[in-house]
Amino acid sequence: MPHRTFLAFILPSIVAMLLFIATPIVSIVVQSLYIQHDKILVMSETCQPLGGCVKETRVDSEATEKIRREQPLGKFNGFGIYEDHNHLAFLDIGNIVSANAGFFEKVSRLYDLPFYRALVFTLTYALTVTPLAMCLGFVIALAVNAVPKFIKGPVIFFSLLPMVVTPLIGSLVVFWMINAEGILGAAIQHITNNPDLSLKASPTMTWITLICYGIWTNAPFSFIVFYSGLQTVPSDTMESAMIDGASRFQRVRFVILPTLLPLAVFVTLVQLMDNFRVLEPIIGFNAAANATSLSYSIYTALNNQSAQLFSSAAATSVLTITGVIILLTPILIRTAREFGFRT
Amino acid sequence: MSSVAHRRPFHLAAMSTAFVLFWLVLAAFPYVWTVWGSFKVESDFFSRETWQNAVFGVKTIQQTGSAFTGDGYYGAWVESQFWRSVINTAIVATCVTTISLTLGTLGGYALSRSVHRYKFWILIVALVFRAMPDITLVSGYLLPFFQLNIWGYLPTTIIVLVALNQPFTLWMLYSFFVNIPKELDESALVDGCSRFQAFRLAVMPVMWPGVITTGLFSFLLGYNDFAVTSMLLTQENQTMIPKISSFLFKIQSEGHVMYAVAAVVSATAPLFVLIMFFQRQLVAGLTAGAVKG
Repeated sequence: MPHRTFLAFILPSIVAMLLFIATPIVSIVVQSLYIQHDKILVMSETCQPLGGCVKETRVDSEATEKIRREQPLGKFNGFGIYEDHNHLAFLDIGNIVSANAGFFEKVSRLYDLPFYRALVFTLTYALTVTPLAMCLGFVIALAVNAVPKFIKGPVIFFSLLPMVVTPLIGSLVVFWMINAEGILGAAIQHITNNPDLSLKASPTMTWITLICYGIWTNAPFSFIVFYSGLQTVPSDTMESAMIDGASRFQRVRFVILPTLLPLAVFVTLVQLMDNFRVLEPIIGFNAAANATSLSYSIYTALNNQSAQLFSSAAATSVLTITGVIILLTPILIRTAREFGFRT
Repeated sequence: MSSVAHRRPFHLAAMSTAFVLFWLVLAAFPYVWTVWGSFKVESDFFSRETWQNAVFGVKTIQQTGSAFTGDGYYGAWVESQFWRSVINTAIVATCVTTISLTLGTLGGYALSRSVHRYKFWILIVALVFRAMPDITLVSGYLLPFFQLNIWGYLPTTIIVLVALNQPFTLWMLYSFFVNIPKELDESALVDGCSRFQAFRLAVMPVMWPGVITTGLFSFLLGYNDFAVTSMLLTQENQTMIPKISSFLFKIQSEGHVMYAVAAVVSATAPLFVLIMFFQRQLVAGLTAGAVKG
């Protein structure tokens, strides 16, 4: 296809991506280097005829408004915002490391820093949910492939529900069930005979709940992709494996798995990307006290009651994007290489 | 698969059926439970005493005289004006799907027929773009959008969602078009068609399975999005999902949790219908294209 025709076909798509994905990335990098203007203070002296003079400082709200409106980006701040307590917190880390405390206390104090707290949860979530959900999805796909044909339709329909239903709604539905008054929460309290047991009470329980929820919503995607892949496993390879005397397990291990491997790479990539941006479950489960993610930190900074904290949100965004890229580089390189061979 | 060699031993068939049943309960029960419970009153749905209240609606009969009540739905749709968000969601999801598919089919087709090196780079960059968490990009939109005075309107959100959806659409459709034989449109070119005519007359008639699958994913993205719609829309332009999240807190303090339950069920219903109609195409489309790439 000549360059001109190619460009004509793909231009709208490229322009959309450049304008709304590439430009915002530049925009957050710039925003993170600036910080909102300080309030402008004015000194004024009021003198009373008999009482002498009193100096007072007050905020000149008019002038503050004006300068903030004229320069919405704020003033240049360099990398200041990255270093502060809410982000990389170099100073705090230095203090904690040099502090005279035990190893575990140091770790727990590091974990109290907002950015690292969010990072640890995000990584744990993405790295546990992705493989576990893929395994579950694979097993479901094998099992569904084996059930009689006439019930396959309904089975696939119900299996897809956790995936297609909006994440926020799915998490609310589960949240209402594990509520102390909901059916699951009450059942758990009844079984363990402990009326105070709640899945939201301790950080550990919240983490387990969120991760289980993540596996539940992510498994259907792996399932449907692997199930579609299973339909393309060549039957002659399968038959020759059977003639060679391969057991059922060996057939899965040496015929099915290798055929599905490229798919597994694709699923890992998509799922890692999606799980790294975990946001809705934390809102749905109201879990922010025990677990926050990077996306959630950005969301709260943008939703701040008093003022939208653009530079803080931007700095966290830049750090998040860096994290995503570091996490995905190995898989990206692999995909790129595989892809390069084929073309 | 009916030959003796392919027959599965009984214990294996039983085990996989049992596992599938277990998974079905796991996948479907929360929704069944919530749909059923949305027609009850709060003290039944969130019953401290026994779960049987929610099944038989003991308190619902006491309070309303019947085992089922539509109060939650009335409260959500009429009192909380949920219908507005429903209309907004319909607009957003439809537009996002149509525009994404239009741009995506053209782009995906061009990528699949190009032999130049830059096609490879475009696809890799698209993959990197796909990895960007939505909310990080949203924090980049807000300030410029305020300045340009385009914040809060539905068209802005639609274009943003289309753009965010492009990488995935391009990849899906690319891997689908690669599997459509080149000879099809090349013979049309030989017959004197322009590239676009060849696309329209030779490729378009056979591309629908892949387009439907991709469209389904685009629709879900537009319909399910929370990060973008909650930050980029004004109160009255809100779609269903941010609407539910924003009135959740208000409603809980007023003791109308059932409004939220009803709204949640209303927002899920269209998805049920969608999957019921399109699940066959979803598997067919994935088998035909995407899963090979």
